[in-house]
Amino acid sequence: MATRSLRVFWAPLLNTLHRCQPRHNIKTIRSSRRTLVTSIDPSHGLTEEQLAIQELATDFAVKEMLPNMAEWDEKEYFPVATMRAAAALGFGAIYATEDFGGTGLNRLDASIIFEALSRGCTSTTAYISIHNMCAWMIDHFGNPSQREQWVPQLASMEKFASYCLTEPGSGSDAASLSTSAKKDESDLVLNGSKAFISGGGDTDVYLVMCRTGSDGPRGISCVLVEKGTPGLSFGKKEKKVGWNSQPTRMVIFEDCRIPASNIIGNEGQGFNIAMKGLNGGRINIASCSLGAAQASIENAADHAKVRKQFSKPLANFQNTQFRLAEMSTEVVASRLLVRNAAVALQENHPDTVTLCSMAKYYATEKCFQVINEALQLYGGYGYLKDYPVQQYLRDCRVHMILEGTNEVMRLLIARHVLSDWK
Amino acid sequence: MSLRVLVGCKRVIDYAVKIRVRPDKLGVVTDGVKHSMNPFDEIAIEEAVRLKEKKIAKEVIAVSCGPTQAQETIRTALAMGADRGIHVEIPAKEMEKLEPLHVSKILAKLAEQEQAELVIVGKQAIDDDSNATAQMTAALLDWPQATFASKLEKTDGELEVTREVDGGLETIKVKLPAVVSSDLRLNEPRYATLPNIMKAKKKKIAKMKPKDLGVDLASHLEVVEVVDPPTREAGIKVEDVDTLVTKLKDAGRI
Repeated sequence: MATRSLRVFWAPLLNTLHRCQPRHNIKTIRSSRRTLVTSIDPSHGLTEEQLAIQELATDFAVKEMLPNMAEWDEKEYFPVATMRAAAALGFGAIYATEDFGGTGLNRLDASIIFEALSRGCTSTTAYISIHNMCAWMIDHFGNPSQREQWVPQLASMEKFASYCLTEPGSGSDAASLSTSAKKDESDLVLNGSKAFISGGGDTDVYLVMCRTGSDGPRGISCVLVEKGTPGLSFGKKEKKVGWNSQPTRMVIFEDCRIPASNIIGNEGQGFNIAMKGLNGGRINIASCSLGAAQASIENAADHAKVRKQFSKPLANFQNTQFRLAEMSTEVVASRLLVRNAAVALQENHPDTVTLCSMAKYYATEKCFQVINEALQLYGGYGYLKDYPVQQYLRDCRVHMILEGTNEVMRLLIARHVLSDWK
Repeated sequence: MSLRVLVGCKRVIDYAVKIRVRPDKLGVVTDGVKHSMNPFDEIAIEEAVRLKEKKIAKEVIAVSCGPTQAQETIRTALAMGADRGIHVEIPAKEMEKLEPLHVSKILAKLAEQEQAELVIVGKQAIDDDSNATAQMTAALLDWPQATFASKLEKTDGELEVTREVDGGLETIKVKLPAVVSSDLRLNEPRYATLPNIMKAKKKKIAKMKPKDLGVDLASHLEVVEVVDPPTREAGIKVEDVDTLVTKLKDAGRI
């Protein structure tokens, strides 16, 4: 009677309402009662738990890393003991699940941690973030026996991990990689080489994207290779402008035989796994740039208050004030993008790839410029290795290149903009 | 012989902050300023947690008196390993009038209620440097006190405590129950771990007011003035010892 006709009456309105609702489910993230305000002080907008986490990471960075960062850079020292101390606090597998020893925090917590640690040593923090990415890949895509074998050892950093995608012949065109993995009974035999591998030669576990099938991304699988496997060797340690506290080497496979059970996930799923890993990796690297830029602004502002020329502190000159204002604005804008992307990734937002790409290119580019400006504010002193600003600068330069060049980030964003997203 | 330990922890302005005197010269600026747990109290919490790990203590209760933000301090203690917390609520504007005697009365009452056998506090807070709470708490409870502890060991029903005093180190034995105040070299506080920070969220913090403990906050002290220390002036060079002695005499220093 009235019911049926009422439903007919309301139907068009209900339909409209339905279309207005978001297509995806906004799941609340675990510690999500944060405010939306992000500011110059990176502790704004965080929950009580996130504040405790940030305080811990900052404390560790300032006490255990900062006093050593110059020496680690100069001596090209891979600080195993300090990284293991960080892992003991839970920093080894931050966003891997608790099932096998991961810390079980979310992507935003991880971003806060890497931003805080980066002040202590950007290069070391960047390596820790790569290690975290590998631990997550195994935890998320591995089978129970692989997870049980590897996640605990990676969470504690008893073993260290490397991510192997890039080759001498395939960088941005990653899907064209040619390291082959041919089936032989129950084994895979790897041939080829990987370039620019962070930790290469010193790490124990290598996640290698290799070709098990035909051309293109769908022929690629992700396999785990342990150091010491016959046929696995390393090139010379590269001499770099920055990131000197982590060794970078070519990783070479010559008839390197591994059991087929070392495939992570499914055969042919490797490219997908690599890209999913990189979404998080991009947020992590962007967070490292944020931390370095934040430290540089704070240091430069302190310097400007103390250094006098023409009988006035530098901070009294309008140029200094304008520079610092612009720098701070860029860092806050970058931080908003990075934290937004972290939440998007955590919630499996449909625009995750685009948002992570935006955060990565914007933050790494702007933060590098900010650190460069900070160096200028120091004048001649900024150029000396006695001051950390030059190290933050050299360490952050490569963030614009790796984990997907900022040019590739633009391609990914353009793909979305030019698609039928409306 | 497993002890229940009560630890007092105070929320103070962080040691690294540049302190500014308020325009009314009756205190320092606290609004929007970074606060953290009093460093000596961190050492106290660490010592209590170590006693638990050595199975000498069975429960560690962290107590803080202050406004809502004091809960952050208690959470830090919980993340370091304390089992539960007690927040004695004192509104922000009454905090300025809070004296060691008030805190001592509160701690004494809680020690009785909770049946604690050991009370550990930092030797002094870095904001008022009173160095009085431990001593007054012991007096109110009529318990022995071992202050400025740099080493703590349990031997049968007693504590053997090494104290840092002006003349060097002094080792005393105190019977339990007792009050101990921690000095700098007692231990090096641990970092909280991420899993412990996550667990701390689930630990209980009981809330109460001073009057629930029968403690009234009537003032016995009045702050007359708070000023910056005088700015350091340049010194002068003198040519010889005799001139130095003359100048010192002229300045009334000797």
